[in-house]
Amino acid sequence: MKINIILGGVGGQGILSIASIIGKAALSQGLYLKQSEVHGMSQRGGDVMSNLRLSSDEIFSDLIPEGQADIIIGVEPMEALRHLKFLKPDGWLVTNSRPFLNIENYTDRELIYSEINKIKHHVLIDADKIASEIGNSKVSNVVMLGAATPFLKIDENIIIDAINSIFSNKGKNLVDINIKGLKAGILEAQKMMVD
Amino acid sequence: MQNILLLGDEAIAQGAIDAGLSAVYAYPGTPSTEITEYIQKSKEAQSGEIVAQWTANEKTAVEAALGASYAGKRSMACMKHVGLNVAADAFMNSSITGVNGGIVVVVADDPSMHSSQNEQDSRFYGKFAQVPILEPVNQQQAYDMMHYAFDYSERLNVPILMRITTRMAHSRAGVKVKMQKTSQNIFHLPKVANQFVLLPALARVNYKKLLQNIPLMEKESSTSGFNKFIDGEDKSMGIIASGIAYNYLRENYENGKVPFPVLSISQYPEPIEMIRKLYSETEKIMVLEEGYPIIEEQLKGILNLGKPVHGRLDGTLPRDGELNPNIIGKVLNFDIIVSYENSASVMSRPPALCQGCPHTDSYSALNSALESVGKGHVLSDIGCYTLAALKPLEAINSCVDMGASITMAKGAADAGLHPSVAVIGDSTFTHSGMTGLLDAVICNTPITVIILDNGTTGMTGGQRSEATGKIEDICKGLGVSQEHIHVLNPINKYHEENVATIKKELDYKGVSVIIPRRECIVTLNARLKAIKSMKELQQN
Ligand SMILES: Cc1ncc(C[n+]2csc(CCOP(=O)(O)OP(=O)(O)O)c2C)c(N)n1
Ligand code: SF4
Repeated sequence: MKINIILGGVGGQGILSIASIIGKAALSQGLYLKQSEVHGMSQRGGDVMSNLRLSSDEIFSDLIPEGQADIIIGVEPMEALRHLKFLKPDGWLVTNSRPFLNIENYTDRELIYSEINKIKHHVLIDADKIASEIGNSKVSNVVMLGAATPFLKIDENIIIDAINSIFSNKGKNLVDINIKGLKAGILEAQKMMVD
Repeated sequence: MQNILLLGDEAIAQGAIDAGLSAVYAYPGTPSTEITEYIQKSKEAQSGEIVAQWTANEKTAVEAALGASYAGKRSMACMKHVGLNVAADAFMNSSITGVNGGIVVVVADDPSMHSSQNEQDSRFYGKFAQVPILEPVNQQQAYDMMHYAFDYSERLNVPILMRITTRMAHSRAGVKVKMQKTSQNIFHLPKVANQFVLLPALARVNYKKLLQNIPLMEKESSTSGFNKFIDGEDKSMGIIASGIAYNYLRENYENGKVPFPVLSISQYPEPIEMIRKLYSETEKIMVLEEGYPIIEEQLKGILNLGKPVHGRLDGTLPRDGELNPNIIGKVLNFDIIVSYENSASVMSRPPALCQGCPHTDSYSALNSALESVGKGHVLSDIGCYTLAALKPLEAINSCVDMGASITMAKGAADAGLHPSVAVIGDSTFTHSGMTGLLDAVICNTPITVIILDNGTTGMTGGQRSEATGKIEDICKGLGVSQEHIHVLNPINKYHEENVATIKKELDYKGVSVIIPRRECIVTLNARLKAIKSMKELQQN
């Protein structure tokens, strides 16, 4: 088993929590893991990305080579596209459709969506809307993790266990809402895959 | 043994704790900050067994570590690469004093300048000071090296430089940690009472000892086990890979099996015998270095008379920026198959000041105050507030090195710039702005110094700022007159008032200090959140 994931978003959108949940799940499965993060300057509203690599064999590079990502998870649509050259020909691009507007020259969003729709395997969902519907707009990142879960080659329950252990010291409410977010994301991705 | 997920920075921190560390001193700086933060959160630091403190700057950090070493304890100083410039005087001379308790100076370089002004390679400093350098290949080795580093430092009586780069610092991997900790050294003063007295006569003796040790260091580099010679069938090329470049190399081959003989270098001085062997057994050499072409330059020498040596110097690899698996793959003639080209709809998204950041209001007031005199009057510094160089504020004209705002404003004023304004953050001010302010006071130079006091070291994630609660007193103590020190509240409501105060001081023909004071939004929110969850806990 070997899987390369690129996470893209804007500083402050919570891609590091997605990475740490997947990381925890991978470690509980005895997998090797490398997770490269962005700290520092870009975290102030700039574009941030994280490289996450899981494997049953030793992993060498902390960075994923171009054309080698199995999944790109975007917490923001333009940020998902930013890393396109890393995607494998049959890789999945799974992204939130909600733009994060902190630059003046943000591209027309219909154009962004049409570029995403050109990708062979993609999931495009409004994670912010889903998160609000279940009662906490802040879990949109976990909704995106849910939407990517069908492609992760890690069982859903193991990811739920990881959420449990990461958020347990912050109270039961937070655990529950995150699990709800995850499940809502999974459901949404499954809908899109059938279509 | 226990397998835990650690950043490279954290692996170093845990390694140091387990190797009997007594004290760590540091000034924050990306990508080194998490080393000290990790130690500060450890139970050893919480219980007071280990001292883990932020210092005013990197020089005071290295000196404090040297003091702990003098008292027989194992100590560490951590910083980003440019921090070593600030600490260079202490660092260079610590190689002459030698150590009593072991010292490891950890420096994190930032090739590609993700969060820095330059991409200087700290291995140069290690060579300059003639001390051993360690450069781990991965997080596990980073952890393992700390035990070795402290032992080695004490055995050879030298400080050790550990050099890492951004990807190692900020990448997580499973690390097997020892269950058995080395206990801390007991307090003991140096056996030779004047070991740390660098009077010329004594320094000459110490320096000779250091030089005598160099052959031992060279030998150690071949025997410690961190430098590895991995043989390969194909002798048409030999590859030298330093630090994490070895991982990028292996990434290009099935199961990481490189067909060429490879020398993976993680310890300096370079293992001369191993390099000789590689050179004699292969037709040409390829050098893969994350940083400057230091090994390559040494192999070539000035005359470059031997077999071909390729690397960053001859343009085989790019001269600047960090490496990655693709750059190395290209050099080895691998095809990179990219199915999706990057999209033209993607715009650049530079970092920006947070919504509600106090700096925004401070700069709005400054911009208004300077409207009539025009652009080009503001010498600034390094911190979140440097982002005001970009749109929409476009308020500053320089950012060079920490503290340079005040001194450059002084020089510019001496050369005829009026008004001449310095804008500096609170933490940057106590890091290295105070001495420059003294220069200006002594000469009564007409400058207006704006010290942006957000109560924290914002850029690096909100560490304690040594300036908090002290700025007015420091300025007064340095001789700025009381009537030219003003504290402002940088919120929109007081905009006109603030503009008026700044304008008045721009006209003053001496040193004035203006202190816009409002807490950083990020630390404020974190504080409020902590209070809220405290209350909830108490209610339950
Ligand atoms: C010599 C040196 N050390 C450390 C850094 C990293 N660094 C850049 S800005 C900064 C903190 C600035 O804090 P402050 O002056 O309070 O400004 P703020 O970010 O809070 O606005 C640090 C630690 C650096 N660039 N150079
Ligand atoms: S972290 Fe604080 S100081 Fe930095 S931009 Fe945000 S609010 Fe301003």
